[in-house]
Amino acid sequence: MSNLKTFFGTRWGIISVGVCIGILAALLQKWGNPPNMGICVACFERDIAGALGLHRVAVVQYIRPEIIGFVLGSLIAAYIFKEFRPRVGSAPIVRFILGFFAMIGALVFLGCPWRALLRLAGGDGNAILGLAGLASGVAVGVLFLKNGYSLGRNQMTYTSVGWILPLIMLSLFAFLVFAPLMGDGGKSGPIFFSEKGPGSMHASIAVSLMVGLLIGFFAQRTRFCTMGAIRDIILIRNFHLASGLFALLIAAFVNNIILGQFHPGFAKQPVAHTNHLWNFLGMSLSGLAFALAGGCPGRQLFLAGEGDGDAAIFVLGMIFGAGFSHTFSLASSPAGVGFYGPHAVIIGLLVCCYIGLTMRERIK
Amino acid sequence: MAEQVDARGLSCPQPVIMTHNKMKELKKGIFEVMVDTDTSRENISRLARNEGWEVVESKKTQDSGYIITLKKE
Repeated sequence: MSNLKTFFGTRWGIISVGVCIGILAALLQKWGNPPNMGICVACFERDIAGALGLHRVAVVQYIRPEIIGFVLGSLIAAYIFKEFRPRVGSAPIVRFILGFFAMIGALVFLGCPWRALLRLAGGDGNAILGLAGLASGVAVGVLFLKNGYSLGRNQMTYTSVGWILPLIMLSLFAFLVFAPLMGDGGKSGPIFFSEKGPGSMHASIAVSLMVGLLIGFFAQRTRFCTMGAIRDIILIRNFHLASGLFALLIAAFVNNIILGQFHPGFAKQPVAHTNHLWNFLGMSLSGLAFALAGGCPGRQLFLAGEGDGDAAIFVLGMIFGAGFSHTFSLASSPAGVGFYGPHAVIIGLLVCCYIGLTMRERIK
Repeated sequence: MAEQVDARGLSCPQPVIMTHNKMKELKKGIFEVMVDTDTSRENISRLARNEGWEVVESKKTQDSGYIITLKKE
Protein backbone atom coordinates (compact mmCIF):
# COMPACT_ATOMS: atom_id res chain seq x y z
CA MET A 1 0.00 0.00 0.00
CA SER A 2 2.83 2.35 0.92
CA ASN A 3 4.60 1.69 -2.43
CA LEU A 4 1.36 2.36 -4.28
CA LYS A 5 0.89 5.60 -2.34
CA THR A 6 4.43 6.69 -3.25
CA PHE A 7 3.93 5.79 -6.93
CA PHE A 8 0.84 7.98 -7.25
CA GLY A 9 2.84 10.96 -6.02
CA THR A 10 5.54 10.54 -8.66
CA ARG A 11 5.80 12.01 -12.15
CA TRP A 12 5.04 8.54 -13.59
CA GLY A 13 2.01 8.25 -11.34
CA ILE A 14 0.35 11.35 -12.71
CA ILE A 15 1.38 10.53 -16.29
CA SER A 16 -0.26 7.10 -15.92
CA VAL A 17 -3.48 8.73 -14.75
CA GLY A 18 -3.38 11.25 -17.62
CA VAL A 19 -2.94 8.39 -20.10
CA CYS A 20 -5.72 6.46 -18.40
CA ILE A 21 -8.16 9.41 -18.63
CA GLY A 22 -7.18 10.13 -22.27
CA ILE A 23 -7.75 6.54 -23.35
CA LEU A 24 -10.97 6.08 -21.39
CA ALA A 25 -12.41 9.38 -22.65
CA ALA A 26 -11.78 8.41 -26.27
CA LEU A 27 -13.27 4.98 -25.59
CA LEU A 28 -16.35 6.45 -23.90
CA GLN A 29 -16.97 8.36 -27.12
CA LYS A 30 -16.67 5.09 -29.03
CA TRP A 31 -19.06 3.45 -26.56
CA GLY A 32 -21.75 6.08 -27.02
CA ASN A 33 -20.85 9.43 -25.43
CA PRO A 34 -21.10 12.53 -27.68
CA PRO A 35 -18.27 13.39 -30.11
CA ASN A 36 -15.21 15.01 -28.52
CA MET A 37 -17.12 14.69 -25.24
CA GLY A 38 -16.02 11.35 -23.86
CA ILE A 39 -15.73 13.23 -20.60
CA CYS A 40 -16.71 16.82 -19.89
CA VAL A 41 -17.37 17.80 -16.30
CA ALA A 42 -19.13 21.05 -17.24
CA CYS A 43 -21.29 19.49 -19.99
CA PHE A 44 -22.14 16.48 -17.84
CA GLU A 45 -23.17 18.64 -14.88
CA ARG A 46 -25.23 20.68 -17.34
CA ASP A 47 -26.91 17.47 -18.50
CA ILE A 48 -27.67 16.60 -14.87
CA ALA A 49 -29.18 20.07 -14.35
CA GLY A 50 -31.36 19.39 -17.40
CA ALA A 51 -32.42 15.96 -16.18
CA LEU A 52 -33.55 17.55 -12.94
CA GLY A 53 -35.53 20.18 -14.84
CA LEU A 54 -33.29 23.09 -13.81
CA HIS A 55 -33.30 23.96 -17.50
CA ARG A 56 -35.60 22.74 -20.27
CA VAL A 57 -33.26 22.39 -23.24
CA ALA A 58 -34.46 19.00 -24.41
CA VAL A 59 -31.23 17.92 -26.12
CA VAL A 60 -28.98 18.13 -23.04
CA GLN A 61 -30.75 16.22 -20.28
CA TYR A 62 -29.26 13.09 -18.74
CA ILE A 63 -27.91 12.05 -15.35
CA ARG A 64 -24.30 11.32 -16.23
CA PRO A 65 -22.93 8.38 -14.19
CA GLU A 66 -19.36 9.58 -14.80
CA ILE A 67 -19.92 12.56 -12.46
CA ILE A 68 -21.37 10.27 -9.79
CA GLY A 69 -18.39 7.95 -10.24
CA PHE A 70 -15.86 10.77 -9.92
CA VAL A 71 -17.17 11.74 -6.48
CA LEU A 72 -17.66 8.20 -5.21
CA GLY A 73 -14.33 6.95 -6.63
CA SER A 74 -12.56 9.77 -4.84
CA LEU A 75 -14.51 8.98 -1.66
CA ILE A 76 -13.40 5.32 -1.82
CA ALA A 77 -9.75 6.29 -2.41
CA ALA A 78 -9.87 8.82 0.43
CA TYR A 79 -11.19 6.20 2.84
CA ILE A 80 -8.75 3.47 1.75
CA PHE A 81 -5.75 5.80 2.08
CA LYS A 82 -7.09 7.50 5.21
CA GLU A 83 -7.39 10.92 3.60
CA PHE A 84 -11.09 11.54 4.17
CA ARG A 85 -11.10 14.88 6.02
CA PRO A 86 -14.52 16.50 6.44
CA ARG A 87 -13.94 20.25 6.28
CA VAL A 88 -15.98 23.31 5.44
CA GLY A 89 -16.34 27.03 6.09
CA SER A 90 -13.96 28.79 3.70
CA ALA A 91 -16.21 31.43 2.14
CA PRO A 92 -18.87 28.99 0.85
CA ILE A 93 -21.09 31.64 -0.76
CA VAL A 94 -18.12 32.96 -2.74
CA ARG A 95 -17.31 29.43 -3.89
CA PHE A 96 -20.92 29.02 -5.03
CA ILE A 97 -20.66 32.21 -7.11
CA LEU A 98 -17.29 31.13 -8.54
CA GLY A 99 -18.82 27.79 -9.53
CA PHE A 100 -21.78 29.60 -11.05
CA PHE A 101 -19.62 31.84 -13.26
CA ALA A 102 -17.13 29.05 -14.02
CA MET A 103 -20.03 27.14 -15.56
CA ILE A 104 -21.30 30.17 -17.49
CA GLY A 105 -17.83 30.64 -19.00
CA ALA A 106 -17.52 26.94 -19.78
CA LEU A 107 -20.88 26.89 -21.54
CA VAL A 108 -19.93 29.90 -23.66
CA PHE A 109 -16.87 27.94 -24.81
CA LEU A 110 -18.76 24.61 -24.67
CA GLY A 111 -16.58 22.53 -22.42
CA CYS A 112 -14.51 22.25 -19.28
CA PRO A 113 -10.68 22.13 -19.42
CA TRP A 114 -10.81 18.33 -19.87
CA ARG A 115 -13.10 18.71 -22.85
CA ALA A 116 -10.90 21.50 -24.23
CA LEU A 117 -8.06 18.97 -24.31
CA LEU A 118 -10.32 16.24 -25.71
CA ARG A 119 -11.62 18.60 -28.40
CA LEU A 120 -8.05 19.41 -29.39
CA ALA A 121 -7.19 15.71 -29.38
CA GLY A 122 -10.13 15.17 -31.73
CA GLY A 123 -8.85 17.82 -34.14
CA ASP A 124 -11.06 20.76 -33.09
CA GLY A 125 -8.86 23.83 -33.60
CA ASN A 126 -11.32 26.05 -31.70
CA ALA A 127 -10.09 24.36 -28.54
CA ILE A 128 -6.77 26.20 -28.94
CA LEU A 129 -8.59 29.47 -28.25
CA GLY A 130 -10.30 27.90 -25.26
CA LEU A 131 -7.03 26.58 -23.83
CA ALA A 132 -5.33 29.95 -24.41
CA GLY A 133 -8.24 31.62 -22.61
CA LEU A 134 -7.99 29.11 -19.77
CA ALA A 135 -4.29 29.82 -19.34
CA SER A 136 -4.92 33.59 -19.39
CA GLY A 137 -7.66 33.32 -16.78
CA VAL A 138 -5.46 31.18 -14.53
CA ALA A 139 -2.59 33.67 -14.98
CA VAL A 140 -4.82 36.50 -13.76
CA GLY A 141 -5.88 34.30 -10.83
CA VAL A 142 -2.21 33.71 -9.97
CA LEU A 143 -1.69 37.48 -9.90
CA PHE A 144 -4.47 37.80 -7.32
CA LEU A 145 -3.00 34.91 -5.32
CA LYS A 146 0.44 36.49 -5.34
CA ASN A 147 -1.11 39.69 -4.01
CA GLY A 148 -2.64 38.02 -1.01
CA TYR A 149 -6.00 36.77 -2.30
CA SER A 150 -7.45 34.19 0.07
CA LEU A 151 -10.84 32.62 0.69
CA GLY A 152 -9.82 32.10 4.32
CA ARG A 153 -9.32 28.97 6.36
CA ASN A 154 -11.69 26.03 6.46
CA GLN A 155 -12.46 24.08 9.62
CA MET A 156 -12.69 20.42 10.41
CA THR A 157 -16.30 19.37 10.77
CA TYR A 158 -18.56 16.35 11.24
CA THR A 159 -18.08 13.32 9.02
CA SER A 160 -21.70 13.66 7.93
CA VAL A 161 -20.92 17.05 6.32
CA GLY A 162 -18.27 15.44 4.12
CA TRP A 163 -20.84 12.85 3.08
CA ILE A 164 -23.43 15.35 1.82
CA LEU A 165 -22.27 15.51 -1.82
CA PRO A 166 -21.57 11.74 -2.05
CA LEU A 167 -25.12 11.18 -0.74
CA ILE A 168 -26.50 13.62 -3.32
CA MET A 169 -24.62 11.60 -5.96
CA LEU A 170 -26.14 8.36 -4.68
CA SER A 171 -29.57 9.99 -4.87
CA LEU A 172 -28.86 11.04 -8.46
CA PHE A 173 -27.91 7.45 -9.23
CA ALA A 174 -31.27 6.30 -7.84
CA PHE A 175 -33.01 8.89 -10.05
CA LEU A 176 -31.03 7.59 -13.03
CA VAL A 177 -31.87 3.94 -12.44
CA PHE A 178 -35.53 4.32 -11.42
CA ALA A 179 -36.22 7.32 -13.70
CA PRO A 180 -39.32 8.50 -11.84
CA LEU A 181 -41.71 10.97 -13.46
CA MET A 182 -42.39 13.61 -10.83
CA GLY A 183 -43.70 16.59 -12.81
CA ASP A 184 -47.42 17.46 -13.15
CA GLY A 185 -48.29 15.23 -10.23
CA GLY A 186 -46.38 12.26 -11.61
CA LYS A 187 -47.40 12.48 -15.28
CA SER A 188 -44.22 13.88 -16.84
CA GLY A 189 -40.58 14.68 -16.13
CA PRO A 190 -38.43 15.51 -14.32
CA ILE A 191 -36.56 13.27 -14.40
CA PHE A 192 -35.97 14.27 -18.06
CA PHE A 193 -33.89 12.22 -20.50
CA SER A 194 -33.01 13.60 -23.94
CA GLU A 195 -34.40 11.66 -26.88
CA LYS A 196 -32.05 13.32 -29.37
CA GLY A 197 -28.93 15.47 -29.32
CA PRO A 198 -25.87 15.14 -27.07
CA GLY A 199 -27.96 14.26 -24.00
CA SER A 200 -29.28 11.15 -25.74
CA MET A 201 -25.77 9.94 -26.53
CA HIS A 202 -24.20 7.94 -23.77
CA ALA A 203 -22.37 4.75 -22.95
CA SER A 204 -24.20 2.22 -20.78
CA ILE A 205 -24.78 3.17 -17.16
CA ALA A 206 -22.49 0.41 -15.87
CA VAL A 207 -19.60 1.33 -18.16
CA SER A 208 -19.91 5.07 -17.49
CA LEU A 209 -20.10 4.50 -13.74
CA MET A 210 -17.11 2.14 -13.72
CA VAL A 211 -15.00 4.59 -15.73
CA GLY A 212 -16.07 7.40 -13.41
CA LEU A 213 -15.18 5.39 -10.31
CA LEU A 214 -11.79 4.43 -11.75
CA ILE A 215 -10.90 8.00 -12.72
CA GLY A 216 -12.23 9.37 -9.43
CA PHE A 217 -10.09 6.90 -7.50
CA PHE A 218 -6.85 7.59 -9.38
CA ALA A 219 -7.39 11.34 -9.71
CA GLN A 220 -7.86 11.62 -5.94
CA ARG A 221 -4.58 9.81 -5.41
CA THR A 222 -2.59 11.89 -7.91
CA ARG A 223 -4.35 15.28 -7.29
CA PHE A 224 -4.94 15.53 -11.06
CA CYS A 225 -5.98 19.12 -11.84
CA THR A 226 -5.88 20.93 -15.18
CA MET A 227 -6.05 24.39 -13.61
CA GLY A 228 -3.40 23.44 -11.06
CA ALA A 229 -1.14 22.27 -13.88
CA ILE A 230 -1.19 25.69 -15.55
CA ARG A 231 -1.02 27.52 -12.23
CA ASP A 232 2.06 25.57 -11.05
CA ILE A 233 3.90 26.34 -14.30
CA ILE A 234 3.22 30.06 -13.88
CA LEU A 235 3.69 30.22 -10.13
CA ILE A 236 6.63 27.94 -9.36
CA ARG A 237 7.80 26.67 -12.78
CA ASN A 238 6.78 23.16 -11.78
CA PHE A 239 5.58 20.75 -14.49
CA HIS A 240 4.45 17.85 -12.28
CA LEU A 241 0.69 18.29 -12.78
CA ALA A 242 1.22 19.48 -16.36
CA SER A 243 2.85 16.18 -17.28
CA GLY A 244 -0.48 14.48 -16.52
CA LEU A 245 -2.29 16.99 -18.66
CA PHE A 246 0.05 16.43 -21.63
CA ALA A 247 -0.28 12.66 -21.14
CA LEU A 248 -4.08 12.99 -21.34
CA LEU A 249 -3.85 15.02 -24.54
CA ILE A 250 -1.43 12.67 -26.28
CA ALA A 251 -3.21 9.49 -25.17
CA ALA A 252 -6.57 10.81 -26.35
CA PHE A 253 -5.02 12.00 -29.65
CA VAL A 254 -3.40 8.62 -30.38
CA ASN A 255 -6.54 6.75 -29.40
CA ASN A 256 -8.69 9.05 -31.57
CA ILE A 257 -6.43 8.32 -34.56
CA ILE A 258 -6.72 4.59 -33.94
CA LEU A 259 -10.50 4.76 -33.49
CA GLY A 260 -11.01 7.07 -36.53
CA GLN A 261 -12.24 9.90 -34.32
CA PHE A 262 -9.67 12.54 -35.38
CA HIS A 263 -11.13 15.17 -37.72
CA PRO A 264 -8.91 18.29 -37.91
CA GLY A 265 -10.39 21.72 -38.62
CA PHE A 266 -12.30 24.64 -37.16
CA ALA A 267 -15.68 24.54 -38.90
CA LYS A 268 -18.45 22.07 -38.16
CA GLN A 269 -16.73 20.50 -35.19
CA PRO A 270 -19.09 18.57 -32.91
CA VAL A 271 -20.80 20.55 -30.12
CA ALA A 272 -18.58 23.57 -30.83
CA HIS A 273 -18.75 27.02 -32.43
CA THR A 274 -16.12 29.08 -34.22
CA ASN A 275 -16.39 32.43 -32.47
CA HIS A 276 -12.74 32.80 -31.46
CA LEU A 277 -13.20 35.84 -29.23
CA TRP A 278 -15.87 34.24 -27.04
CA ASN A 279 -14.19 30.84 -27.06
CA PHE A 280 -11.20 32.65 -25.58
CA LEU A 281 -13.06 34.91 -23.16
CA GLY A 282 -15.49 32.21 -22.02
CA MET A 283 -12.65 30.00 -20.95
CA SER A 284 -10.78 33.01 -19.49
CA LEU A 285 -13.70 33.50 -17.13
CA SER A 286 -13.69 29.81 -16.22
CA GLY A 287 -9.92 29.73 -15.72
CA LEU A 288 -10.07 32.75 -13.43
CA ALA A 289 -12.94 31.29 -11.41
CA PHE A 290 -11.15 27.92 -11.12
CA ALA A 291 -7.93 29.62 -9.96
CA LEU A 292 -9.79 31.68 -7.35
CA ALA A 293 -11.60 28.55 -6.12
CA GLY A 294 -8.45 26.38 -6.07
CA GLY A 295 -9.28 23.72 -8.65
CA CYS A 296 -10.75 22.80 -12.02
CA PRO A 297 -14.27 21.28 -12.10
CA GLY A 298 -12.90 17.73 -12.01
CA ARG A 299 -10.66 18.50 -9.05
CA GLN A 300 -13.59 20.10 -7.20
CA LEU A 301 -15.51 16.82 -7.56
CA PHE A 302 -12.53 14.83 -6.26
CA LEU A 303 -12.04 17.25 -3.34
CA ALA A 304 -15.74 16.97 -2.53
CA GLY A 305 -15.33 13.19 -2.52
CA GLU A 306 -12.58 13.42 0.11
CA GLY A 307 -14.80 15.49 2.41
CA ASP A 308 -14.30 19.08 1.27
CA GLY A 309 -17.69 20.73 1.77
CA ASP A 310 -16.50 23.97 0.16
CA ALA A 311 -15.66 22.13 -3.06
CA ALA A 312 -19.12 20.57 -2.88
CA ILE A 313 -20.61 24.08 -2.77
CA PHE A 314 -18.59 24.97 -5.89
CA VAL A 315 -20.06 21.91 -7.64
CA LEU A 316 -23.60 22.93 -6.68
CA GLY A 317 -22.81 26.45 -7.94
CA MET A 318 -21.80 24.94 -11.27
CA ILE A 319 -25.02 22.91 -11.55
CA PHE A 320 -27.08 25.98 -10.67
CA GLY A 321 -25.03 27.99 -13.19
CA ALA A 322 -25.85 25.42 -15.88
CA GLY A 323 -29.56 25.76 -15.22
CA PHE A 324 -29.26 29.53 -15.28
CA SER A 325 -27.14 29.53 -18.44
CA HIS A 326 -29.64 27.61 -20.50
CA THR A 327 -32.68 29.39 -19.09
CA PHE A 328 -31.28 32.90 -19.62
CA SER A 329 -29.89 32.39 -23.17
CA LEU A 330 -26.26 32.51 -22.04
CA ALA A 331 -25.04 29.13 -23.27
CA SER A 332 -23.56 28.71 -26.74
CA SER A 333 -24.63 26.08 -29.23
CA PRO A 334 -23.12 24.86 -32.52
CA ALA A 335 -25.07 27.76 -34.10
CA GLY A 336 -22.98 30.27 -32.16
CA VAL A 337 -22.71 32.17 -28.91
CA GLY A 338 -25.89 32.56 -26.83
CA PHE A 339 -27.65 35.93 -27.10
CA TYR A 340 -26.67 37.10 -23.62
CA GLY A 341 -23.54 34.94 -23.29
CA PRO A 342 -21.05 37.79 -23.88
CA HIS A 343 -22.83 40.04 -21.35
CA ALA A 344 -22.67 37.28 -18.75
CA VAL A 345 -18.97 36.63 -19.40
CA ILE A 346 -18.12 40.31 -18.90
CA ILE A 347 -20.20 40.44 -15.70
CA GLY A 348 -18.51 37.22 -14.55
CA LEU A 349 -15.04 38.63 -15.17
CA LEU A 350 -15.96 41.77 -13.22
CA VAL A 351 -17.34 39.71 -10.32
CA CYS A 352 -14.21 37.53 -10.23
CA CYS A 353 -11.98 40.63 -10.23
CA TYR A 354 -14.10 42.11 -7.43
CA ILE A 355 -13.61 38.91 -5.42
CA GLY A 356 -9.89 38.72 -6.25
CA LEU A 357 -9.26 42.35 -5.33
CA THR A 358 -11.33 42.60 -2.19
CA MET A 359 -10.62 39.25 -0.48
CA ARG A 360 -7.02 39.95 0.37
CA GLU A 361 -6.72 39.34 4.07
CA ARG A 362 -3.09 38.70 4.88
CA ILE A 363 -3.07 35.31 6.57
CA LYS A 364 -0.43 35.06 9.29
CA MET B 1 12.77 27.76 17.93
CA ALA B 2 12.46 27.65 14.15
CA GLU B 3 10.12 30.09 12.44
CA GLN B 4 6.71 28.68 11.51
CA VAL B 5 4.32 29.07 8.61
CA ASP B 6 0.77 28.10 9.53
CA ALA B 7 -1.00 27.06 6.34
CA ARG B 8 -3.62 24.84 7.95
CA GLY B 9 -7.10 25.08 6.48
CA LEU B 10 -6.04 27.06 3.44
CA SER B 11 -6.94 26.11 -0.13
CA CYS B 12 -4.40 25.05 -2.68
CA PRO B 13 -2.05 26.80 -3.63
CA GLN B 14 -1.88 29.17 -0.65
CA PRO B 15 0.29 26.84 1.48
CA VAL B 16 2.77 26.75 -1.43
CA ILE B 17 2.73 30.54 -1.87
CA MET B 18 3.24 31.13 1.86
CA THR B 19 6.10 28.64 1.98
CA HIS B 20 7.64 30.12 -1.16
CA ASN B 21 7.44 33.61 0.35
CA LYS B 22 9.15 32.39 3.53
CA MET B 23 11.91 30.76 1.45
CA LYS B 24 12.49 34.04 -0.38
CA GLU B 25 12.48 35.96 2.91
CA LEU B 26 14.94 33.66 4.73
CA LYS B 27 17.07 32.65 1.71
CA LYS B 28 18.61 29.92 3.92
CA GLY B 29 18.22 28.39 7.36
CA ILE B 30 15.45 26.29 8.85
CA PHE B 31 11.70 26.74 9.26
CA GLU B 32 8.55 24.71 9.80
CA VAL B 33 5.35 24.60 7.79
CA MET B 34 2.07 23.42 9.31
CA VAL B 35 -0.43 21.93 6.86
CA ASP B 36 -3.51 19.78 7.25
CA THR B 37 -3.77 17.74 4.04
CA ASP B 38 -1.57 15.22 2.28
CA THR B 39 -1.94 17.26 -0.90
CA SER B 40 -0.39 20.32 0.75
CA ARG B 41 2.39 18.18 2.23
CA GLU B 42 3.22 16.77 -1.21
CA ASN B 43 3.07 20.22 -2.84
CA ILE B 44 5.42 21.70 -0.22
CA SER B 45 7.88 18.81 -0.64
CA ARG B 46 7.84 19.35 -4.41
CA LEU B 47 8.38 23.09 -3.99
CA ALA B 48 11.29 22.42 -1.61
CA ARG B 49 12.97 20.16 -4.16
CA ASN B 50 12.42 22.81 -6.86
CA GLU B 51 13.93 25.56 -4.73
CA GLY B 52 16.87 23.57 -3.35
CA TRP B 53 15.53 23.17 0.19
CA GLU B 54 15.74 19.87 2.06
CA VAL B 55 12.72 18.29 3.78
CA VAL B 56 14.36 17.38 7.09
CA GLU B 57 11.24 15.95 8.68
CA SER B 58 7.54 15.53 7.96
CA LYS B 59 5.90 14.83 11.28
CA LYS B 60 2.24 13.80 11.61
CA THR B 61 0.35 15.78 14.22
CA GLN B 62 -2.50 14.68 16.52
CA ASP B 63 -5.11 16.37 14.34
CA SER B 64 -3.92 14.38 11.27
CA GLY B 65 -2.00 17.32 9.88
CA TYR B 66 1.74 17.64 9.31
CA ILE B 67 4.61 19.77 10.49
CA ILE B 68 7.20 19.87 7.73
CA THR B 69 10.70 21.03 8.61
CA LEU B 70 12.61 22.64 5.73
CA LYS B 71 16.30 23.46 5.70
CA LYS B 72 18.80 25.12 3.37
CA GLU B 73 22.50 25.49 4.22
